[in-house]
Amino acid sequence: MAEIERLVIHSGEGGQPFNYAVGLHGSKFLTELRDNKRLMGIRCPACGKVYIPPRRVCGACFVENTEWVEVGPKGVIGTYTIVRYAFIDPETGHQKPVPYGYGFIRFDGADTYFQHFVEITDESRLKIGVRVEPVFAEERKGTIRDILYFKILD
Amino acid sequence: MAKRVAVVGTGQTFHKSHRPDVNGQELINEAVQRALEDADLTLKDIDAIVIGNMDHFEGINYVDCWSVDGSGGTMKPIIKLTTGGTTGSTLAIGGYHITASGLFDKVLVIGWEKNSESDTTGAITTAFDPVWDRLVFAGAIAALAAEGMAYMTEFGITDRDAARVSVRDRKHACNNPHAQLRKEITIEDVLASPMLSDPVHLLDVCPRTDGACAVIMASEDVAEKICPNPAWIWGTANRHTYTYVGDFKLGEIDSMKYAAAELWKKCGIREPRKEIDVIELYQPYSFAGIIWIEAMGIIPRGKGSEYIWSGATDMGGELPINPSGGVIACNPIGATGLIRCAEACGQIRGKADQRQVPDVKLAVSTGFGGCYWTDILLYGKKKPS
Repeated sequence: MAEIERLVIHSGEGGQPFNYAVGLHGSKFLTELRDNKRLMGIRCPACGKVYIPPRRVCGACFVENTEWVEVGPKGVIGTYTIVRYAFIDPETGHQKPVPYGYGFIRFDGADTYFQHFVEITDESRLKIGVRVEPVFAEERKGTIRDILYFKILD
Repeated sequence: MAKRVAVVGTGQTFHKSHRPDVNGQELINEAVQRALEDADLTLKDIDAIVIGNMDHFEGINYVDCWSVDGSGGTMKPIIKLTTGGTTGSTLAIGGYHITASGLFDKVLVIGWEKNSESDTTGAITTAFDPVWDRLVFAGAIAALAAEGMAYMTEFGITDRDAARVSVRDRKHACNNPHAQLRKEITIEDVLASPMLSDPVHLLDVCPRTDGACAVIMASEDVAEKICPNPAWIWGTANRHTYTYVGDFKLGEIDSMKYAAAELWKKCGIREPRKEIDVIELYQPYSFAGIIWIEAMGIIPRGKGSEYIWSGATDMGGELPINPSGGVIACNPIGATGLIRCAEACGQIRGKADQRQVPDVKLAVSTGFGGCYWTDILLYGKKKPS
């Protein structure tokens, strides 16, 4: 059978013209992470929930969050998965580095989960409830990649 | 005062993994023609159109505009709805609202997708926050796997228990000529299939599908003139709970819990397990077949697996779930929630052929998407009071 030549549309090598604002709250989180390796959450004055990432409004109470709280840096695995299927990351155009540990981390003092890479050098150590801590990048740029991954402590 | 609304006709394509023989508007047209035929109407009878898909799967925006050759929307009022995974069920709810408004008597609702035309996981990723969600995010499968892992750990079920759900749906799909995957599988097949994202195997998750579905809704002023036994929409509910994926409640789906509770209350359903005859559940992976029926109030939390193993949700059981084979057998995403609606209405109208559940008086369809949000609709044989 003759091979069919398919029409493939590429975006080329050019960068994508998206330029997102993270807002004042997101900026504080990212600058504290970059400059001081500190993790800042924010507490809802009505329900008391501490949000990570911090945000201006608690959607459930619909009030403005005002009280900054430092959380972590240690935390616990709330749930996780190990991603094993290959796919193209639309952020980079390259394949995601599978397999990787995908953790939902609850920092000490926070009520929502922070999603990040978790080490899987020994997969049997990754369980719900294990304690973890972030491994920070040497050179930090003010993105969540300033945390390289989470190390299992237990 | 809102008009009562009924479904008077439905049409589906024969869904496949890849339909290179048609483009988007031609695929849409197949479903529309079948729905018109089912309702014994012509395009002239249609007062308005509601259409939707997930734009980023095809990378083509504004289907409401470019599909008019296929949809029949030329020189008609047409509006697009798109809400991610729930697109199909939102279309059903939106079509219901528009018809109930009394402004349009006969509304054509269309959901479609050609998932073969892009990378599904990459496209889904673009629906999530670029700063906070995308670093580790891996499309629908990994996020759902994290839910499954949390539930599994809390209640001590295993991937074998979840596999029983896949086995059920794939068996049911053999009765549905429209389903994409029409081959029975065993528990061992599921467990031996590649682990995609722990604890979810390949055969625990939905495929990618090309397909379209059309549903014609009519107000009470005309419904019974078009169709002697329409499926009446008794009520709808939906809930959106979270902004970021990490905001969710582990191993639970609050959106389903609260949407279902509202729907049962509005429609006077006291014991859903006993009163409902059949459910078409938007169940993108097998674990949801256990977790989400608990949230729906069918079975107490932690008891879902036992209920599935009892056979109660199989064809011939107390409460058959997914006689069509459901999402695990077929998933043209923008159509998927609307297919659930069409299938539930087919059950009410006694038109489900080999997959018919006997004597259906009440049927439910659901939709699921994004940060664990839920749509739910209840249909009845009887005109609602």
